[in-house]
Amino acid sequence: MDASLIALALMDGVSYAALLFLVALGLTLIFGVMRILNIAHGSLYAWGGYFAATLGLAITRFALPGWLALPALFVAAIVIGGLLGTVLEWALLRRILDKDPILQLLVTFAAFMVLEDLQRMIWGVQPVFVSDVVNQLGTISVAGVTYTRYQLLVLPLVAIAAFFGLRWFLGRTALGRQVTAVTHNREVATAMGVNTNRVTWLTIALGGALGALGGALASPTTSFTPGIGADMMVLSFAVVATAGLGQIGGAALAALMIGLARSFAVYLLPEVEVLMPYLIMVGVLLIRPEGLFSTVAARRI
Amino acid sequence: MTTVPRGLLSTRGLSLKFGGVVAADGIDFDLMAGERLAVVGQNGAGKTTFINICTGYIKATSGQVFFDGAEVTGQSPRAITRRGLGRSFQLPQLFTEHTVRQCLLLAASAVQRKTGLWRALDQAVDADEVDATLELLQLSGRAHDLSGSLPEGQRKLLDVAMALVLRPKLMIMDEPTSGVSSDEKHQLMEVLMRALDERKVTSIFVEHDIDIVRRYATRLAAWIAGKVAADGKPEEVLRDPIVIKNVVGE
Amino acid sequence: MGSPRLRLLVVALLGLVLALTLSLPWLKTPVLLALSNGLAVLGVIVLIRAGQVSFGHAMFACLAGYGVTFMARAWHLDALLLVALGTAGAALFGALIGVFMVRYRGIFFGMLNLAFSMVLFSMLGKFGGLTGGTDGLRFDRPTIGFVHLEREGFETALLFLALALAVLAGLAVQRYFTSVNGQALAAIKTNETRLEYLGISAKRVFWGGYVLSAAMCGLGGSLFALAQGLVTPEMGYWVRSGEVVFIAILGGAGHAVGAFIGAFVFEFVKLYAAALLTGAWQLALGLVLIVMVFVAPTGIFGLMETHLRAKAAPR
Repeated sequence: MDASLIALALMDGVSYAALLFLVALGLTLIFGVMRILNIAHGSLYAWGGYFAATLGLAITRFALPGWLALPALFVAAIVIGGLLGTVLEWALLRRILDKDPILQLLVTFAAFMVLEDLQRMIWGVQPVFVSDVVNQLGTISVAGVTYTRYQLLVLPLVAIAAFFGLRWFLGRTALGRQVTAVTHNREVATAMGVNTNRVTWLTIALGGALGALGGALASPTTSFTPGIGADMMVLSFAVVATAGLGQIGGAALAALMIGLARSFAVYLLPEVEVLMPYLIMVGVLLIRPEGLFSTVAARRI
Repeated sequence: MTTVPRGLLSTRGLSLKFGGVVAADGIDFDLMAGERLAVVGQNGAGKTTFINICTGYIKATSGQVFFDGAEVTGQSPRAITRRGLGRSFQLPQLFTEHTVRQCLLLAASAVQRKTGLWRALDQAVDADEVDATLELLQLSGRAHDLSGSLPEGQRKLLDVAMALVLRPKLMIMDEPTSGVSSDEKHQLMEVLMRALDERKVTSIFVEHDIDIVRRYATRLAAWIAGKVAADGKPEEVLRDPIVIKNVVGE
Repeated sequence: MGSPRLRLLVVALLGLVLALTLSLPWLKTPVLLALSNGLAVLGVIVLIRAGQVSFGHAMFACLAGYGVTFMARAWHLDALLLVALGTAGAALFGALIGVFMVRYRGIFFGMLNLAFSMVLFSMLGKFGGLTGGTDGLRFDRPTIGFVHLEREGFETALLFLALALAVLAGLAVQRYFTSVNGQALAAIKTNETRLEYLGISAKRVFWGGYVLSAAMCGLGGSLFALAQGLVTPEMGYWVRSGEVVFIAILGGAGHAVGAFIGAFVFEFVKLYAAALLTGAWQLALGLVLIVMVFVAPTGIFGLMETHLRAKAAPR
């Protein structure tokens, strides 16, 4: 495998990992603050992507300035994530907090089903692909390989910004520290005077926005069809499970690991490309079920 | 080959030390069949640790445990239970979605070695012993109630009953009367002790109530800082100034 | 099998299904699908008894289906034999991975099953040379009971087979629930530590339940493959596993009958959604389930039980 292929695989892997990380981050945040695995998270990714594409099409249709295309992606994410996240939290998540864990999972699965059908009703079954942003930003040549600026620069930069932004938020702001408190122990946080309901809602909106951001940023590079939410759901879950539920830094590393494993597989052994994330997940769960970067021991007998 | 001590339950040099904490400090101990041993000590003195090690729930860092003529150091709770060591818990450990009788039938199925895939639980297991145990612990009236719905006193009795069905030689009870109102405590102990006597089971019970200790124990061991500080007849141990200072004066 | 009223209900339901299917032949396919699904749900109900949920059990149905397909293509075996072998294969696979699985509980158990199922799913999709890839594999209609039948006759015969197997499986699982092992399995949910302190190996008991659940899913998958004449990797996709759990809760995870009630409701809503709800069956059922979790968490059968006011027999 020569140098240019390695470079290609690397850049591929990193940009893919950036998207994975954003989605996984949202999922793990929501788990952290609610201890519920939100199976509808993949739907947020899908809706984010579809809506971003819709905005992109609107820009063209109403002859709006072209430079709006990139910010539109972020707007899409915030709108969808905030709105859907809020609806999910208010209508469902906060009401199932003390239910049997199996029922909790089922409720989020049912929400996923509902959102799948709604998505199909809104955007249809034809593939949706709006790539204007990528074309606008053009290409760049690195190490003899031509790459789109979008995938090489925008995606990793957003991921890095999200990572450090979140760390700063959680560690340095009052609200962020409240989120951390609720994540560690809901009851103790309430006893300390934290408005747990509000903190939870905000975290879910944020987590939802991150999931939707993953979708929005992916939409210029991938065509969106029904089922894409389900695929991303299980993939982001593989990242979160590998890192450890609730682990933020770990999610970045796990996303990188899986992203790179996959991209190198594409060039070295294409058949195992799709398998890689799940092989890694099986391996980690068998050896260290609590996740690679977790500090808590898992429920294993 | 170590010489196996002659007691029913013996420990030699039993220690559990981790990260600066000494939960058990080289305990040498012998319990003979037929004794009724009360164990006292402040919280954190190592009583529950000792029980947990003897019943296989946690492993000691060094030392040995012998039960009924064999070394059981490091064995699992399952293995030690099968040897004849029964245990009840400070918080009764019940199958809350099963009825009282079903809980005991399950216990009986284990000791009767019924692994049936086919016959129903209440048909596969010989229930005479179960019904007799229910009678003995005054639980017959609640046989078909969900164990999770029982009041605390009866939960404690069921907790012991489940272990008793296994025909243990030794019964270790962790605070059998805690969580029960003071007027009920004595009644509870009466029922318990009579049941154990009837089944000829040696017993160890951890207790905080000194009255109960005086009334029911044939021997008293006081734990202080992971060691047995005093051991002997209850009245004598209770007069020991170290015990009075560290344990009784609570 | 529980109270006389329950027995009456089951017989009545069976009679209803038979009568409808024989008088309206186009119902055969959906009923067949509902029965195969119901068997898979039966498997999941066994795990729910132990308080555990697997989001990967469709892999057993999928494996059995592909096994049936390979064997049908290679050896042209009779349908009865195919069902038996497919089920056995799934049970064997369950026995093997069960050795690892039973060491996990809660979300980790669910995750590990999911992970295994996704590995299988990905492999089936990618190794197209062997498996036909994402398009799947077809096989010719085999003989059934060593008789070669045309499409309609085959479907009817398969339907009777499926009905018989569903009844037998339901009886077997209920029997298991009341047995020593089944009761010990239920005890895992409430107090596993106590089981160990009774001298019972919770892992061994759980393993038995896991193998049974794999076998049930395999049975369902084998029948499904025979009904369709085709298998695709989608049979093992995580959403399928989720749907099986969904149906378990919808129908009622407390009793074998609930599995089939749920499966029938699921199948028929799907059927009518095309006509009545512009195909939005997921929307309809999703909303129904959400409401049910709050209002009737014991499922449709749970509701029926309360209305039957059958005497609560210890299960």
